[in-house]
This record gives sequence, structure tokens and C-alpha cells, in this order.
Amino acid sequence: MAKLSGIWAAALATAMMPLAAHAADPIKIAVIAEASSISGASIPQAAHLAADEINAAGGVGGRMIEIVEYDDHNSAADAVRAFQRAANQDHAHAVIASYISEVVLALEPWSGRLKLPMITPGAASDDISHRVHNDYDNLKYTFHGYLASTFLSDSVCDGLKVVAVDQLHMKTAVVMSEDAAWTIPLDAEYLKCLPKIGIKVLDHIRLSPDTTDFTPVFNKIEGLKPDVIVTGISHVGVQPTVQWHDQQVPIPMIGISSQATSSTFYKDTNGATESVIYQTVSAPDVAVTAKTIPFTNAFVKKYGVTPSYTGYTTYDEVYYIADAIKRAGSSDPDKLVAALETTSWTGTIGKVEFYGRDSDFTHALKVSPEYISGLLVQWQGGKQQTVWPSNVANAKVSFPAFVKLPTN
Amino acid sequence: MKLLQILIDGFAISSLYGVGAIGFTLIFGVSGVLNLSHGAIMVTAAVAAWAAAGTLGLGPYGGAGAGVLASVAMSFATYLLVVRPIQTSKRIPREEKEIFVLTGTLLWGIMLQEAIAYLFTSNPKTVLPLIPGVISIAGIRTPSQEIVTAVLSWTAIGALWLLVNRTRVGKVLLAASINPRGLTLLGFELPTIYLYVWGLYGVLAGIAGVLLGSFLGVSSDNVGQLTASAFSIVVLGGLGSVTGSLVGAYVVGYLETITAYLISPSIRTIPVLLLLVVVVYLRPQGLLGRR
Repeated sequence: MAKLSGIWAAALATAMMPLAAHAADPIKIAVIAEASSISGASIPQAAHLAADEINAAGGVGGRMIEIVEYDDHNSAADAVRAFQRAANQDHAHAVIASYISEVVLALEPWSGRLKLPMITPGAASDDISHRVHNDYDNLKYTFHGYLASTFLSDSVCDGLKVVAVDQLHMKTAVVMSEDAAWTIPLDAEYLKCLPKIGIKVLDHIRLSPDTTDFTPVFNKIEGLKPDVIVTGISHVGVQPTVQWHDQQVPIPMIGISSQATSSTFYKDTNGATESVIYQTVSAPDVAVTAKTIPFTNAFVKKYGVTPSYTGYTTYDEVYYIADAIKRAGSSDPDKLVAALETTSWTGTIGKVEFYGRDSDFTHALKVSPEYISGLLVQWQGGKQQTVWPSNVANAKVSFPAFVKLPTN
Repeated sequence: MKLLQILIDGFAISSLYGVGAIGFTLIFGVSGVLNLSHGAIMVTAAVAAWAAAGTLGLGPYGGAGAGVLASVAMSFATYLLVVRPIQTSKRIPREEKEIFVLTGTLLWGIMLQEAIAYLFTSNPKTVLPLIPGVISIAGIRTPSQEIVTAVLSWTAIGALWLLVNRTRVGKVLLAASINPRGLTLLGFELPTIYLYVWGLYGVLAGIAGVLLGSFLGVSSDNVGQLTASAFSIVVLGGLGSVTGSLVGAYVVGYLETITAYLISPSIRTIPVLLLLVVVVYLRPQGLLGRR
């Protein structure tokens, strides 16, 4: 009898082997980004950091996380090829893709066609979530893991109300944004929200991403005598910032300056970013949650620079994809989407939850003080110092002598 | 006020274009090579200067020197690894060598561009200015580096003029551009002359790259644009003509600046391209071309 039981046990073990091997199959997360740009570089770096931590803690139900990297050179065509390869050859279970809205918008239909869940850690265009809302059945596989442009503008305006209007008595602004998909809704919202906080918009300038000499732009802005330049720059960054500094343009720049979120930017600009104020959702000096500073420190220790904004979001995304797979009990795409829709994950940027089907911003991050809210951070003495909101600020706004502030 | 601003900015950028383009035209004039890795060599100089000044802590002057040295080294590498093997190859038909050199230098430039992006990211780098701060010229706030750019560009151009017109080496270079065959009959070694001219080119492209890096900032993404800009200038001025290149540089520099100030910075280069089409159509040899 004992012998018979042994045979049965062996047979059962043999029958279970494929299942056991399946249980140990890695969870593959494809990461598509341009590795040679400031914002792009942080994406695979943060993904590896999160995967290493999850794997060191035993993985997800015994399954290890495997990051599969693709460099899309910020090209939509390269990104689509990488996405197809991730789905068909590398059999990825989820994709974290790009900080460029044009690239993510090109990938969105492929995410639907290939039924491969995708989250963007940095693209901002409102269209990403609007499209999910308008064609949910086909595009529900796309999630917007960063703030939509409209929410970015609102966050900048909230900060400007306190910092620029209440503290510095600013009354006028020129909006200066790069010409890209993400800045169309950004600028539209700026033009709405700035007057509401008491700032008159004197002009609205859209920069060609190919611009190298910004002297005529600053010359024109200076002629209008605004109190502040409200920025929307991401692809361009180093050149306008350095030229603003070298030409000692006497008007402060406050707004979205994506590259300024990383310390690489400070080095690339030889410190010209000093005193620039940028909006973000997490900063190296602020414990937005208990996870923010430990992540920043681990990132700096491993890569030698502070993460750009996409580093924080990517790190969180790897974690909440793993959490969703765990809750779904499967990496099946439809089950994963359903689990992601019910995500409630406290990451480095705040509490991550997504808007539902009834919202125009379906699958975009919920934005409010309860979930994720913005910060204004200023480069001071080579360090990123949070200057707004006051409950987490650890520095006061200060500017170099060449910046002229309103007198009253 | 705006006119004065255009005059100042246009002069600085045109001087910079000039020093970059005369190296490009010198190589063509003396050795018949259109070096399509020109932009990559300029960017190499700027990125090397940025890295040496910041990462290695050599400061602005040490950085600038390192940038020019890197450019000279890359210039020799371009000649010895790409151009010379094609020129001396017995397997490439003589009539096809020019197109092989064009393709070879173009691919070499792309390789350098990718290597810079891989090692230093494609984000623009700004070289530390030699003289920081701003000065006022008739009420126009002008960065000191803009003045430095114009002065150093003209110093380099002046030094080249002296070299070509007042030294033996310069006269040999001039002779090589007019009648290389005659020069070999007099006992001069053309490969040695080519080495001189590539060295000289490296210095000029290096100065242009470092100054551009400190004036506007450059990234590996600018490689194609810088080559195209130098190419436009020398075609406009006349291929192989140093004076023509200088005239071309000022036409391009001022046309771009006027467009940027009076119309829009986003269409800065379009009038220049239109002018180029007109010049190629009406006067294919360029403004001061010899043929």
C-alpha cells in the first residue's frame, strides 16, 4: 500500500510539473523608453530597482519580475515595433512605455489590438485617457500613470496662487510652452486657470522643439514686462534654461520643466537651473509618502543621480502591476486590467487610484490632496527644495539678483 | 533697439558659423573631401569640453582646450580611419571614390552621434562660458560669452588668414587647392599636406564646437543640423572659397536672426533654405565660387 501511494505521489508530482514550472514563470514587464534622455533614462533604471526589490522579497507568489528593456529613441515607429516584439516574441505581461505623448498615443491602439496592458509613466496628453473613455472596449488596456496635462496646469496654478500671487504679488505672466501634443491641453488650461488666480496672461508663446537660440523669444517676452514666465517645457529644457540664466533674463520661470526634476539636468546646465521652479508630484527632499525618500536614496545610491519624475512613477508602476497580478491571481490581460482598475496603492507619488469609465479621464490618475497632488520645487544652491505646499515645504522661494520681482 | 539687438546677435552667430564653415570648405578646397561628419566633430568638441570642465574639474579654459584637442584627435581619426583608406583603396573605382567618401563620412558621423548619445545622453550640454556675466552695449544686455564668441571666432579666422598668406605651410596648402598635381611634381607629399589640413580643420571645428556649446548648447541630436548648416553656408558662398564661406556665414547668420526676431524663431532656417535653392538655381558655383 505504501509502495502504491509512493507511485501515486510520483505520478501526481509528474502531472503537476508543468503547473509548478508555470507558477515559477517570470512576470515579464516590458519597458519602452529612450535611454539616452534625462526623463527616459530613469524609466528602465527605476523599473530594475523595483523589480530587484520585489524579487529579493520572494517575487509575486513565487514568480520573479523580469524587466525587458527596449530603446525607442523617442520614435513612435520604433516604439510600435518594440511593443509588437514585447507582445509577440517576448510574451510580456504588461508594458511601461515612454514619457512622450506622441509615442504613447501611437502605442495605445496596439495595446488594444494585442490586448497587452500598458501604463505610461510620464506622457501627459489628456487624449490618452480621453481615448480610453471614448472607446473603452478596445482601449481599456491603456492606463495613464502620470498626471494628465489639464491636471498639471491646475497644479501649477494652485502653487502659483500661493507662491506667485500671495507671496510675491505677481499679476502678469507670459505662457511659454514647447509645441507638442502634451502642451495643447496644458496651455488651454493655463489660459483658463491663470486669470482665475489673478494673473493676467500677456502672451502665449509656443516654441518649436528645434529652437536652439532662445534670445529672440526672451527678448520678446521681456518687452511685454510680465512678472513671471509660466513654462511648459519637457523635450526642450537645457537650452532655454541656460540661455535664460546666461542672458540674465530678469523674469522668473515657474511651471512644468520636466528635465529639471533630475539632478542630471543641473549638471548638464552647469547649474544654470538655479532658482528655476518646477511642478512635480514627488521630490528628493519631501516624504510625500513613507516610500518617497527611501526610493530616492536607493536610486541615488545605485545610479548616482536623483530620479527624474518618470523614475518615481515607473517604480510605483512595477509595484502596482505586481500587486494587480497578485490580486487577479493571474497575468491574463483582461483580469489584469480589471485588477488595475481597482488599484489602491500607496507609492512614492501618493495614493494611486484610477478614474473609472464614467470619467472623461478614464484610467488617468486621480488627482486631489487625498490621492496625488503637486509640489513646487526650486533649485537652490544645487539642491531641489520644495517651496509649496506649505505643509511639506522646507524652503522659501529665493531668486538671484538678476531676477526682478514686483515691488509691491 | 530691436535693430541693435539683431546686429549684435547676428554678428556673434555669423562669426561662429564662419569659423565652423571655413574648416569645412578648407578640407574641400585642399583635398576635395566633403566631410559629412563635420557636425559630429563639432559636437564631440563641445561634449568633451563640457565633460572636461565639469566632470574632470578642469574649469572653463581647461575644458575648452580639451574640447579642441578632442576635435583634432577626431579629425585625424576621420581622415586616417575613413577618408584615407577609401582614397588609397585599389578596389574602389576612381570615379566612385567621392561618393564613397561622402557615404563613409556620413556613416562615421552617425556612429559618433550614437556613441555620444550612448555615453553622455542626447540631452544638450552647455559648456562653461569663458567669461560669465552680461555687459550692456548701448542699453542691450549682452552675455559676455557672446562677445567672447565673436572675438575668438575672428581671432581664429585672422590666424588662418595669416597662416595661409604669410607662412610656407599656408602657401603649400593654397597650392594644393589650386594644383595638387603640380605640387607633387615639386616633391611635396600630398598625404602629409592632407594631414596638415585635417589638423587645421580639427582646430577650427573644435573652436566652433566649443564656442557653440558655450553660446547656445549642443546635443548629439544637432549633428545633422550642424553639418547641413555648414554645407548650406559653403554652397551659398562657393565650395572651396574661404572668403565665400565667410560671406555665406554672415548671410545665413543675419537672415536667420532677422527671421527669428521679426517673424518667428520656429521658422528661423526656412528663408535660408529658400535662398539656397535660388542661389543653386541661378548661380550654382555660389556667391564667390571658382567653378
